[in-house]
Amino acid sequence: MAERMQICNLSENNFEQCTKCSICTTVCPVAAVTTDYPGPKQAGPDGERYRMKDPAYFDKTLKLCLNCKRCEVACPSGVHIADIIQQARMRATEGHRASLRDTLLANTDLLGTVANLVAPVANATLGLSPTKLVMDSVMAIDKHRTFPAYSRQKFTTWFKRHAAQGQDAYAHHVSYFHGCYVNYNFPKLGQDLVKLMNAMGYCVHLLDKEQCCGVALIANGLYKQARRQGRTNIDSIRKSVTRDNRVVLTTSSSCTFNMRDEYPVMLDIDNADVKDSITLATRFIYRLVDEGKVKLIFKQDYKRRMAYHTACHMQRMGWQLYSILLMRMIPGLDLVELEQECCGISGTYGFKKENYERSQAIGSALFKSIEEARVEAVATDCETCKWQIEMSTGLPVENPISVLADALDVEATMKANGVVVSF
Amino acid sequence: MVTSDIYKKEYDVIVVGGGATGAGTARDCALRGLSVLLVERNDYSTGATGRNHGLMHSGARYAVTDGESASECISENMILRRIARHCVEETDGLFITLPEDDLQYQQTFIEACQRAGIRADRIDPAEARRIEPAVNPDLIGAVRVPDASIDPFRLTVANLLDARLHGAETLNYHEVEGVMINQGRVEGLKLLNKHNGEHVEVRGRVVVNAAGIWGQRIAQMAGVGISMFPARGALLIFGHRVNNMVINRCRKPANADILVPDDTVCVIGTTSDRIPIETVDDMRVTREEVDVLLKEGVKIAPSLATTRIIRAYAGVRPLVASDDDPSGRSISRGIVCLDHAKRDGLEGFITITGGKMMTYRLMGEIATNAVCAKLGNTAPCVTASQPLPGSEGDGADERDAATRRYSFGQRAAIGRHGSLAARIEKDNDIDNALVCECEGVTVGEIKYAVRQLHVHNLVNLRRRTRVGMGTCQGKLCSCRAASLLGELNHDVKGAQEDLAAFLDERWKGMRPVAWGDTLREAQLTASIYEGLCGLDQAVSLEGKEDMQ
Repeated sequence: MAERMQICNLSENNFEQCTKCSICTTVCPVAAVTTDYPGPKQAGPDGERYRMKDPAYFDKTLKLCLNCKRCEVACPSGVHIADIIQQARMRATEGHRASLRDTLLANTDLLGTVANLVAPVANATLGLSPTKLVMDSVMAIDKHRTFPAYSRQKFTTWFKRHAAQGQDAYAHHVSYFHGCYVNYNFPKLGQDLVKLMNAMGYCVHLLDKEQCCGVALIANGLYKQARRQGRTNIDSIRKSVTRDNRVVLTTSSSCTFNMRDEYPVMLDIDNADVKDSITLATRFIYRLVDEGKVKLIFKQDYKRRMAYHTACHMQRMGWQLYSILLMRMIPGLDLVELEQECCGISGTYGFKKENYERSQAIGSALFKSIEEARVEAVATDCETCKWQIEMSTGLPVENPISVLADALDVEATMKANGVVVSF
Repeated sequence: MVTSDIYKKEYDVIVVGGGATGAGTARDCALRGLSVLLVERNDYSTGATGRNHGLMHSGARYAVTDGESASECISENMILRRIARHCVEETDGLFITLPEDDLQYQQTFIEACQRAGIRADRIDPAEARRIEPAVNPDLIGAVRVPDASIDPFRLTVANLLDARLHGAETLNYHEVEGVMINQGRVEGLKLLNKHNGEHVEVRGRVVVNAAGIWGQRIAQMAGVGISMFPARGALLIFGHRVNNMVINRCRKPANADILVPDDTVCVIGTTSDRIPIETVDDMRVTREEVDVLLKEGVKIAPSLATTRIIRAYAGVRPLVASDDDPSGRSISRGIVCLDHAKRDGLEGFITITGGKMMTYRLMGEIATNAVCAKLGNTAPCVTASQPLPGSEGDGADERDAATRRYSFGQRAAIGRHGSLAARIEKDNDIDNALVCECEGVTVGEIKYAVRQLHVHNLVNLRRRTRVGMGTCQGKLCSCRAASLLGELNHDVKGAQEDLAAFLDERWKGMRPVAWGDTLREAQLTASIYEGLCGLDQAVSLEGKEDMQ
């Protein structure tokens, strides 16, 4: 009787399966650099027992958590430690007004829309030291940080003008969730994806409506807005999947992780029916190649030495292998796999003045190993890791999709896949 | 005062028993200006005081069957909220009617509560589900009463602290071996000092027997007879709270019908079985008891079926035969105070028993009144109005400090020690470092406990601070705490033995519920301490006196 009744403990986030082994704390990048943060075990399952007794036991140091999820990857008992911490933060701060700085940092798409209109001015101004000093002192955005440059033309504008018409020419169809970074800062990544997919005979379509995935909104406590945008996105994704029978590809590991894994936990958005159809492009392409459905032919004269950095959310999904194996198919690419370490930026976290030093301390081991790898460039699936590594090592950082697109022999690939353009 | 001086002195009163009743009696006597010695054979609160629900009854549970107990409870309930604020959590309680229960009983219950002066508000089942989401959603009726949660360890310690502040002496690990009687008058006690095996004597004009179920033995040593009826109750502790209000079944008291939120955990209980007096020291919980507790517990809160159980424990209620029934079959549920001069012709000997942890203060008052009558002391009892150490002031300062400045461990300490938490060292990183991560016990708190709260070993420390009471049951904290104790007591070998004994004691409580995650937890603990550290090789517990 008793055994049957107690066959497993099922409470939320597997909270009570924690055996206090403390492995999570040993892999926590924050606990490694500061004693101010009690570590994931304390902040998560231990603290939760007290918060269940009285929410007043919420510990303000929980805001030091990067939400990198490395604790969850390490946990041998399947406890969703970071989810416990994030949900505790949400309960403690929901309804509070976010600061102007946090609101600005979180609204990547609003900032992007405005900045695109005045890109040359914005880029120049944001890079000026007086502006940086004002942002540092007034807004508490650290002066060492440079905002990613804004593009003069949004990805969506480019797509509508130059690519959309061609996207009926091939046999297969996918949708693309480009995200804010591709749209406002770096349309080239989106263009690279279109180039790559088209070469394999896949048409690329935009979603009916796409909004910022909200990862920065969640991190900065703007849950309501994140929920609204999340619902819009999942509605659009659902249409793509069920109406158009199109898988939704992405090129940002954080957007992907957020929409797949954080939406249900943090925003209470049910995505169970479409979760499997949201996937990073590298995973999608690798599977196609692996199943023999497509072939990739690379340039003979391509020669490069790069390092691959596994972004934290990439590691949480366990998808780094897709990007790595795919890049390993490029004959001329000498790829160094770096130790899986956090770069310290964690989205908007490292932009905040109070976190700057900690952020750099967390990333220092990674920066050192990049230096020692003696490479020309670094590849990673996350845009904020890119900014952090570029700023901290001086090396260029690219998304694996761009690396593939760069190395791809387009004509040969089209030929190998029997792609005939007929427009 | 050094222990050897205590042996030489003559006290006005010697109290036997370091549970809530003994501590409360010692405090009351001390506050009335008597010179007091309290003796306890183990640690404080090792008997029924530390082995119950931690429920501060409103009295509602007894309203229908025992109106007198119910009135006592509600009156003491209101007093404890004032004088023992830091030991009490004002949770309120629900009496729920399930589809299998008779809804008619609810009316009887409410009327009985009203007669006893207990506020009892009938509420809508939907409202009950809203204010206590853990409650069985199938309930068909609910009544809200002023039940609360209370920490009996803290309560006992606070009484002892106050007794000492007013001049009382206390000796734990001193077991009564004999009662010294001269010409029909009790003159003192023969004791065994369990720390060093020495046989000693202490002298007093009056001896108060407040030894709970063990009071029958003490009385026997004095040559007087009391018939006690040990009623054993087993309980289960869950790893965290599922409920934030006390939940009772609205029916005649039965097995496993109360779920109490206690600090970070919740406790379901109890069973009730009459046991022979010879077996009162056997506290093992049986498989059948666990089954009954679970089966009934899930009816109160269904989530208990999937919540990890961290321990099982049992205690013995000291029920007494009514003196007016020579057959000894009629049991008194209320407080029993026996003046053995009147009853048995033995001067200087008083037994205070029966009652509940909940009514410890009233029992102390009654016993002290009897003592004072003998000694001609006319000082009034002030224990109902004078706050216990830790509960001084209105608590606003502590709350303020807790929410603004302090770390998790410091806040947890304020929850445990109230205003006394100010005495805990917290000026450097080491004092603020956590020893027990589950319960947030810092190095500073342990130092405070060792210096101020009579801590000889890890089990003592656990009762004073909650070290080792959390989910991991001592896995992470016990070696740290043992190391600290070893350092503070300058005894490394002793600390090793203490560590082994503590882990053994933790395992005893886990064993009856050792399945699933609790078993994994225990397995990991064993791997660390035995497999990795070789503790079983370094220390043998065989033949060691149990000092728990």
